[in-house]
Amino acid sequence: MNLGRTIYNALFRRTSTFVVTIVVGGFIFERVFDEGMDNVWENMNRGKLWNHIKHRYAEDADEADE
Amino acid sequence: MAYRFNRLRDISNRLQDVVKMQSRLAATATEDGMKSNRSLWFALGTLAAGGLATGYLLQPNVKAADLELHPPHFPWVHKGPFSSLDHAAIRRGYEVYRQVCAACHSMDQLAYRHLVNVAYTEDEMKAIAADAQIEDGPDDDGNMFSRPGKLSDHFPKPYPNEQAARAANAGAYPPDLSLITSARHGGEDYVFSILTGYEDPPGGCTEKEDLYFNPYFPGQYIAMAPALYNDVMEYSDGTPATISQMAKDVCTFLKWAAEPEHDDRKRMGMKALTLLGMLTFASYYYKRHKWSVLKSRKIVYRPSPHS
Ligand code: HEC
Repeated sequence: MNLGRTIYNALFRRTSTFVVTIVVGGFIFERVFDEGMDNVWENMNRGKLWNHIKHRYAEDADEADE
Repeated sequence: MAYRFNRLRDISNRLQDVVKMQSRLAATATEDGMKSNRSLWFALGTLAAGGLATGYLLQPNVKAADLELHPPHFPWVHKGPFSSLDHAAIRRGYEVYRQVCAACHSMDQLAYRHLVNVAYTEDEMKAIAADAQIEDGPDDDGNMFSRPGKLSDHFPKPYPNEQAARAANAGAYPPDLSLITSARHGGEDYVFSILTGYEDPPGGCTEKEDLYFNPYFPGQYIAMAPALYNDVMEYSDGTPATISQMAKDVCTFLKWAAEPEHDDRKRMGMKALTLLGMLTFASYYYKRHKWSVLKSRKIVYRPSPHS
């Protein structure tokens, strides 16, 4: 049995598991996509954003934040 | 046999009637439709052609009418579709605004708190705000009073009202700078050009009292004296305060002030475009998937031998 068939039988075949797959999949995708794109953004704009230069002005930021 | 023959003739007669009727209907329909369609298209076409012609005729005249120099496009680091503002420049730009421009220009849409976590820490901004004297009141006796600024205060205005501002600037009103990069054609390119574009009037242009020659300003004579000179101020991070450095920084600051959502907008745009790009492929695949059945089917017409 190939992968597609396995996935189909395990997840998509029954409505109940299909719905759960969509909800859980949506959650995981959103987390991965959002974090991934934020990382791309930070890399493309390295050195320009506030959290890249913040440490120059707040040495004790870690203590002050918590 | 005869019965069959009669029936067949009957049917064929009726069929002929139907066909005749249909072709007559179709003929009138196309004729009427064509006529009204034709005049509609004609009207639309004339309108579009007339509009284009008017636009074409007006456009060069409008261009020829303005005499100011159009600012060049500068290579701002925030120019790309996915490029953020340079927040260190925003920080320096605010120093320039506060030490130079704020003497004449208000920025009444901005409060101190807006710069927190954009270019300053909260503590730094609190200290900066506390340095300013903000008018507050009335107190219990009905008098206005001054107090040190708070994060929630808006930037103080240099003049109490427009009349006072004009009186102090030879009749010209220094505009509020909160939205200036959005309010002028050319945006930050224009503001940069204004700030760095002062020169002596060339041959044929005269000196004018209280006005300064600036080829980028519409009309060429601006009431704002050159505001930036080398080392007119000092940067707290030690960056050499050249005219172009200060102009670049203050323009970045003004760009941020006019579009504080700039960075978030581009970040969201990047995400949206990526996601929509992925969905384009998905929907293309889905379309092929659904149509594959329709496109590969074969329809066979086999008349019944009995009719
Ligand atoms: C001495 C007071 C003064 C200072 C300081 C000053 N300006 Fe001005 N500014 C003016 C006046 C007056 C005008 C109106 C000019 C006019 O309408 O002819 C003006 C106009 C402007 C304009 C609008 C030009 C237009 O297209 O209408 C911009 C942008 C501007 N100033 C930016 C700045 C910046 C940025 C600084 C700080 C580097 C600054 N100004 C400092 C007095 C000043």
